[in-house]
Amino acid sequence: MRRLVLALALIATPVLAVQPDEMLSDPDLEARARAISRDLRCPVCQGENIDDSNAAISRDLRLYVRERLVAGDSDRAVVDNVIERFGEFVLFQPRATGANLILWLAGPLMALIGAFAGWRFLRGRDQATPMPDDLSAEEKTRLRDIMGDD
Amino acid sequence: MTAELGHLSLIMAFVVAIYQCSMPMLGAARGWTGVADSARPAAIAQLLLLAVSFAMLTIAFVTSDFSLKLVYENSHSSKPMLYKISGVWGNHEGSMLLWVLILALFGAAAAIFGPNLPPRLRARVLSVQGAISVAFLAFIIFTSNPFWRLANPPFDGRDLNPLLQDPGLAFHPPFLYLGYVGLSMAFSFAVAALIEGRVDAAWARWVRPWTLAAWVFLTIGIALGSWWAYYELGWGGFWFWDPVENASFMPWLLAAALLHSAIVVEKREALKSWTILLAIMAFGFSLIGTFIVRSGVITSVHSFASDPQRGVFILGILVLFIGGALTLFAARASQMSAKGIFSPLSREGALVLNNVLLAVSAFVVFIGTVWPLIAELVWGRVLSVGPPFFDQAFTPFMILLALALPIGAIMPWKRAKLHRALRPLRGALLLTGAIGLLVFALSSGHSALAVIGAGLGSWLVFGSAADLWQRTGSSGVSRLFRLPRADWGKAIAHAGLGVTFIAVALIQAWEVEDIRVAQIDEPFALGPYQLTLRGVEQLRGPNYLSQMARIDVARGGSTVAVLRPEKRVYPVQGMPTTEAAIDYGFFRDLYVVIGNEQPEGGWAVRSYIKPFASWIWGGAILMALGGLISLSDRRYRVAAAGRKAAA
Repeated sequence: MRRLVLALALIATPVLAVQPDEMLSDPDLEARARAISRDLRCPVCQGENIDDSNAAISRDLRLYVRERLVAGDSDRAVVDNVIERFGEFVLFQPRATGANLILWLAGPLMALIGAFAGWRFLRGRDQATPMPDDLSAEEKTRLRDIMGDD
Repeated sequence: MTAELGHLSLIMAFVVAIYQCSMPMLGAARGWTGVADSARPAAIAQLLLLAVSFAMLTIAFVTSDFSLKLVYENSHSSKPMLYKISGVWGNHEGSMLLWVLILALFGAAAAIFGPNLPPRLRARVLSVQGAISVAFLAFIIFTSNPFWRLANPPFDGRDLNPLLQDPGLAFHPPFLYLGYVGLSMAFSFAVAALIEGRVDAAWARWVRPWTLAAWVFLTIGIALGSWWAYYELGWGGFWFWDPVENASFMPWLLAAALLHSAIVVEKREALKSWTILLAIMAFGFSLIGTFIVRSGVITSVHSFASDPQRGVFILGILVLFIGGALTLFAARASQMSAKGIFSPLSREGALVLNNVLLAVSAFVVFIGTVWPLIAELVWGRVLSVGPPFFDQAFTPFMILLALALPIGAIMPWKRAKLHRALRPLRGALLLTGAIGLLVFALSSGHSALAVIGAGLGSWLVFGSAADLWQRTGSSGVSRLFRLPRADWGKAIAHAGLGVTFIAVALIQAWEVEDIRVAQIDEPFALGPYQLTLRGVEQLRGPNYLSQMARIDVARGGSTVAVLRPEKRVYPVQGMPTTEAAIDYGFFRDLYVVIGNEQPEGGWAVRSYIKPFASWIWGGAILMALGGLISLSDRRYRVAAAGRKAAA
């Protein structure tokens, strides 16, 4: 049993996500801190936000965010400060500036193109000259073959 | 010796694949029926050879043969048997071998169950399958060979990543691969049809079951992965818009679009070239998915096996197949003449809307996934695209889809009158309004998300029921059970989508979270529940050490559950994991995670009420079930009977 405890102690125990001792007593500020940290990416992990991350740097960032909020900074100012140090990599929601406009507009633009193409196709179908029959004789034979005799 | 046998049969499969991709294609072109037909025994031989190869690798894992480099790097003698087996595909090389094995499985299935296909089309389909095989077998043999030996075999292995040692994740990759690779059948049919220069109702009827099967497997695979993330990663998230998740989600969206557009080809002989294009793109996104996962080009929590050189090889395969198919498409698509005529307000029109929405939403996921790569390559900007972007850019299309779906599903072919189509939906609309009001009343304050999500979800569920009901006409319940299975499949799958909608909205809007230092035997409140930490004990698992807490959950004085969350350490990999304890329920899950012991006494505990959590995967199961029921429809079974008669 003692060896077991020793082994557990030797292997660095992780700091798990947001910790009780980090949390602010003011529920409004704490809620804002949680919302900010959910959208900030842990700089050393792979695709985790700092709220969920176990990395030490994420803990530092969580504490920093709360420190700034207590000091009276706005959400935007807190995030700007973090970006200044770590670059826009930490931002999970890329800001719609410069080239990022392409990212934000690509979806709506494609939807317009799709709607236009779909509408043109449907209009074309509506006015198409009717065919004498839906299936050709050859196709009908094949269909009968596939369907069997029933 | 077994490893050498596996290696040999892998190389023999490669040789057979080279034959399968070339000679039958030539035979089909020249009218040499014997040569064209040889595609069938070739496809079956390939399956047998790859099955032997895969079996040999499995034996090496089961017997812990550490003279194989792959086994040494990914296994350990003390690992439980299930994970020794799942360890075969819990790594890059083995998972690629599984990939080609499944590819061969689909090829052989087409060879065996395809006697009613025109022989020339069959030869061409199997030939294209053979070509995909050649590419991936070359990839395995030359860059990712699972059968390399070590000169000095070590005493024990390095173990599998502990996060992967889990039953949910053991079966997640095989299902995903069944889906990815299943879409190769749609691709092969599309390319064969382009070579033949004809697409008709019969073609759509052959393609649709393969697409449907692939979509069902993808649904199950994605749901398993999401469920695993929910209970394993320790905070109860179920979808992270991670590049690797997106990699499986894009083919899923396109496969959903494809199986709807194939209906239009089958019933109305329209949308032919679009359907061909979708078939090419759906498999193309499967290849992109394989590329993203296997190359690790876009870093993510999942890229356990990343290697850029391999990425270049897969990119080459992707360019070759998708580029080639699209070139062929550009040359031949104009030959596909549409026949049916219909007004925009019709089932056809609704299915076009479905396709536009699904294709655009797949495109949004795609651009968000590759944007960090593009931004870095072109502008040198290192940035991230995460959940907030996808939530905002993707959700509007899903809302439109959910709004339109019940109306579109109930519309008649050719020409519809909106007020007549809406009539059977009046009841559904009423019930949806009632649910919306109920959710509004239950939400403390102003959760638009809960009302909209639950409202749209209910609209889908009741709309599907209304669709089934109006099909019975005036004859009522007795007719209900004699409806074609395709009708049932459609209604169940659409309702499943609704169930998932409801769950995703309510779990986000109504979640209750509590993070605190819990003292032993001091109860604390979580919503209506009282939680009490009773103690934490040290335990030893087969290949890990654990600290297991006991937390009693009471409601109104009586105990409702005893939860045992764990923190584990896997000494071989030196990696800690959290094992959440979950009390599953129909309306809510209780989710508890134990953290560190605090210096001043007590333990950090995170606890959650996750409302409607199990509905997320329940909806996915319904969707898969709907697909399976639809797959067993008489249309396809009659085709099977025709096969037997012909044989």
